Amino acid sequence: MRDIFTISLVASTIRLATPLVLAALGGLFSERSGVINIALEGKMLAGAFTAAAVTWAADMKLGMGSASPWVGLLGGMLAGLFIAVIYAVSCIRFKADQVVSGTAINILMFGIPGFLSGAFFLSSGSTPQLPKDHLLPQSPIVIAITILVLVAAIWYVVYKTPFGLRLRSTGENPEAADAAGVSVSRIRYSGVLLAGVLAGLGGAYLSIGQSSLFTRNMTAGRGFIALAALIFGKWRPVQTMLACLLFGFTEAVSIQMQGVFKLPSGEDIPVQFIQMVPYVLTIVVLAGFIGSSRPPSALGIPYQKEK
Amino acid sequence: MPKFARELLFPLIAVLAAFIVGGILILLVGDNPIVAYRLLLGSALSWPDGIGYTLFHATPLIFTGLAVLVGFRCGLFNIGAEGQLYIAAFATAWVGITFANLTPWLLIPFCFLAAILSGAFWGAIPGVLKARFGSHEVINTIMLNFIAVALVSYFTQYHYKVPGDPIMQTTMIGEGAHIARFGRFVPGFPERIPLNVAFLLALLCCLLVYLFLWRTKWGYEIRATGSNPSAAEYGGISIRTQIVLAMSVSGALAGMVGINEVLGYRYRYYDGFSDNYGFTGIAVALLGRNHPVGVILAALLFAALQHGGIYVDGFSEHVTKDIVQVLQGIIILFIAAEAFFKWLLGGRFSMQRLRV
Repeated sequence: MRDIFTISLVASTIRLATPLVLAALGGLFSERSGVINIALEGKMLAGAFTAAAVTWAADMKLGMGSASPWVGLLGGMLAGLFIAVIYAVSCIRFKADQVVSGTAINILMFGIPGFLSGAFFLSSGSTPQLPKDHLLPQSPIVIAITILVLVAAIWYVVYKTPFGLRLRSTGENPEAADAAGVSVSRIRYSGVLLAGVLAGLGGAYLSIGQSSLFTRNMTAGRGFIALAALIFGKWRPVQTMLACLLFGFTEAVSIQMQGVFKLPSGEDIPVQFIQMVPYVLTIVVLAGFIGSSRPPSALGIPYQKEK
Repeated sequence: MPKFARELLFPLIAVLAAFIVGGILILLVGDNPIVAYRLLLGSALSWPDGIGYTLFHATPLIFTGLAVLVGFRCGLFNIGAEGQLYIAAFATAWVGITFANLTPWLLIPFCFLAAILSGAFWGAIPGVLKARFGSHEVINTIMLNFIAVALVSYFTQYHYKVPGDPIMQTTMIGEGAHIARFGRFVPGFPERIPLNVAFLLALLCCLLVYLFLWRTKWGYEIRATGSNPSAAEYGGISIRTQIVLAMSVSGALAGMVGINEVLGYRYRYYDGFSDNYGFTGIAVALLGRNHPVGVILAALLFAALQHGGIYVDGFSEHVTKDIVQVLQGIIILFIAAEAFFKWLLGGRFSMQRLRV
């Protein structure tokens, strides 16, 4: 038991939690404004694929060398933003059912990377391998500091700025916010678009930080784990980050254990049970068994301004 | 315009629009959309392979489409069909392995029951959680999908695999549990095509779901809960009971995918067998306007695309079978944003709300 809590486990927890934190904090902006974000998975896939493809193009075609992952990162953010624009227009402008359009985005983005990589790289869903020295920084300390600064900034924005107040009130009571002169749709657009950028960033880190190429369905449900972390963290920035660290830890353990997790008593816990932990915890928390996790009141309801 | 024509019109527009957008994407990557679409759809009508495989692929989609439909009719979004069908397929195989020596007259009904009851059980969990604690079924079904996949993978790997088999699959079920393929009784239809009587069961389920929802008191109460929960409650209907009932029926329908997969096709549980059937079921139900007849039509369309995907992969230069997922995603997006078309067409069509 003791030897699993090593430095390398801590480092790998931080690395694995990073895409989750980014996507979950994105989801926080969207959900706090009242728009459900089950499309995080699709946005992460968009970010991951675009980042890898753009980094490759910047490196091989434009010869940008070590600057290329940063161009790729920008590409990933823009891809997340682009998907978020589609999602936002459909949910806010056309008042589409948010869960249905989110599902549509997820299915669409499950196909698009394969479609594009088949066309551009003549591969079956992956991008070419990138050189190891043309990736994003992976030092856990650098990442940890970046994440902490980001969480602090988001906490400040959500709780201490007029925008944050409007965001939260739009998600809780859009009628009252509207009556107070807040443009509900403008706030929701900002929430959803910010979510797109952050989820795209999370996806980008997955393909050009943790890994060195995009592979088919690379997120493997991380968008949903991020959503779970957001719920587990009760839609609050710091708690959400802690939830992501916990879920990153379970992933790190299941990778490190390569199959079985030995209890001190010598019994084995199969890796599948460790993989279940985030999902079981989320169900338990959502049901109110451990404290209560209450979503923003207006979550999922399109806002119809009274004429 | 008669009602059924209006009901057909909108899905047709959505499909057509999705094919146009898909066609533009195909043009952008440098292929000819007409050639790609001919490969994608043209193969579905050939006898016996095209038709056989299309109907075979349609079978799980009819089940999951019906599952999502029953949820929608109660105002619930069951994204959990994927998990329900995994649990059910494993349970079906488990019965088929454990009681392999029983006579077919007992074994097949037991296997059917295993599929139906285990699917219903896995579907009932989010139902109970919503009825008892008010937690959102969308989140819980997503979480339960992952739990289901991990759970059956554990049982396969640790308890029911042939030792030393590198493939994650269980041992074979007893021969008494095999259900007939069409080749057995359709002249000139080869038995290598896995189309089996589960397809007929799927059609029967469409009829049963129709009768259940529109001709029984339970179905009426489910639909009343779906269309106006507070009015239903005021009318003396227990919403909580309806939620659990609808989710169980939904799960049972999704679970029947296990019958097609295990008893009619692979004769064992194969880990990760589902080609996103649960999620495609959402597309099927939405495109089918949440009606059993619509579900059959939509399932046939997506099944034909799935079959054609193989030909696109093989015979076109740039386009891959991923185009199927892309088209599916665009179709749902268009259906979700119904108002987009109203706006585009100048608001002349008055369409029903999406969630009935």
